[in-house]
Amino acid sequence: MYNQKVLKHFQKPHNFGKMKNPDGVGKAGNIVCGDVMHLYIKVEKDKIKDIKFQTFGCVAALATSSIITDLAKGKTLTKALNINKDKVVKSLGGLPPVKIHCSVLASDALAEAIYDYLSKNKRKIPEDLQEKHQRIEKEKEIIEEKYKDWIKKEEKMLT
Amino acid sequence: MKKVYLDYAASTPIDPRVLKVVNQHLKTTFANSSSLHSFGQEAQAVVEKSRQIVAQALKANPEEIIFTSSATESNNTVLKGVAWANKHKGNQIIVSSIEHDCVLKSSQWLEKQGFEIIKLAVDKYGLISPQNLKKAVSKKTILVSMMQANNEVGTIQPIEELARICKQKNVPFHTDASQSFGKIPINVKKMKIDFLTASSHKIYGPKGVALLYLRKGVKIEPLLHGGGHESGFRSSTVNVPVIAGLAKAVEICQKEMSQETIRLTKLRNKLIKGILDKIPDSYLNGHPEKRLANNANLRFSYIEGEAIMLKLNQLGIAVSTGSACSSQSLEPSHVLLAMGLRPEEIQGSIRFSLGRWTKEEEIDYVLKVLPKVIKDLRRISPYV
Repeated sequence: MYNQKVLKHFQKPHNFGKMKNPDGVGKAGNIVCGDVMHLYIKVEKDKIKDIKFQTFGCVAALATSSIITDLAKGKTLTKALNINKDKVVKSLGGLPPVKIHCSVLASDALAEAIYDYLSKNKRKIPEDLQEKHQRIEKEKEIIEEKYKDWIKKEEKMLT
Repeated sequence: MKKVYLDYAASTPIDPRVLKVVNQHLKTTFANSSSLHSFGQEAQAVVEKSRQIVAQALKANPEEIIFTSSATESNNTVLKGVAWANKHKGNQIIVSSIEHDCVLKSSQWLEKQGFEIIKLAVDKYGLISPQNLKKAVSKKTILVSMMQANNEVGTIQPIEELARICKQKNVPFHTDASQSFGKIPINVKKMKIDFLTASSHKIYGPKGVALLYLRKGVKIEPLLHGGGHESGFRSSTVNVPVIAGLAKAVEICQKEMSQETIRLTKLRNKLIKGILDKIPDSYLNGHPEKRLANNANLRFSYIEGEAIMLKLNQLGIAVSTGSACSSQSLEPSHVLLAMGLRPEEIQGSIRFSLGRWTKEEEIDYVLKVLPKVIKDLRRISPYV
């Protein structure tokens, strides 16, 4: 199902763990679907100097988390924002079709971390990043609402 | 590398004693069992002998057993066949919310055809309440279908009680015994069961063969129409070698059942206790006692099941998971959801299922390597 490169990243993920005093934090995914990623960045001279992640998720989620830190490290913020899901999948040498959505998790978390850094520093936020941020926020809301409804329904069923 | 297979609930290796029988019939018993010449009649005799063995194990009459290609086919036959044959009497079918997909998806399909499906809830152990069934059965009910033991958590239902309620209300009762047949004793007469499904590849027999018990006199339409094989209940040229294999597998299970249950319970309990003792924030899913001797289903907080499964796989250990990520539908296990577990709790669930060749050293090996697997994945998780 998974290729050797994916399994290698899964087995020995790069840059994992929590970061002390990050300049930006991005959170993406949700526990209902089974994938959550927290991504931390340190920024110096508009470059990603250090990057770390923490992920709850499957093999694909862990592998995409690991590779995106490799891809983003050392890059300028502008260049890092160009790392989309296709690039993530390609650098892993492909993912099973049912797992492609995991790569969105990684690119979303990176975009969110950069968004967080820029807004904390009162910097101008590029339009497409603004849009992306709004989409991610909206998706979070929808899932939280769905989850609440669903839990209510379950509880009713059990009583 | 060590290889440890702990996914016997998914499928079992064929027992060498069964393989010998299948091989022998593949070589010699090739004829169509419907043919009247001596070759055909020889094949027919093998099938009837097999039918007797299976019937004996269930305490049924041989003419009440038919052979099918899979438990999925048997379950589809019962759900759709009974619905179709009894639609003049009513349109309501009652199932439990933790049935196998082949029962639930058949029910869904029947719902589209105008039948009303009631899904009974289960408690936190996965138990169906006979009281709830009593309340749910109505004049419109034409079938109740409840599995004897659950495939994911191994919870064993009070089948006798459930069937008795149905008998009192004169509603046919079906049980899917795919996971329990050959592991716990079944007496269809005493237990008042009208339909029963069981499979061969779960009990060390070949794949592609299963059985269906149909109590004499029940009303059911066949799923497959054709040459009228299996007393008209299941047309298709009869697959003699695997049926003989199934019968051999049944014979072995009957003989070894009580010893094997004791052996597996001991190993299974060692595994559960070992995990709960060694790994913090780990929990048992399902009932502590009312469960199949070979089933241990545990959940590990803060991490996801597919990742655990693959880490174990890299160490040579084969298990399965109820996590959403590992399923094609990307939905968490409907069984664990029905038991009231939150999606985040389900994601880290792992099923270990033991079997005939499971050895104590293998359980020790799992207990040795599993704590590190869990610890390593937790180091990456944002929730610890």
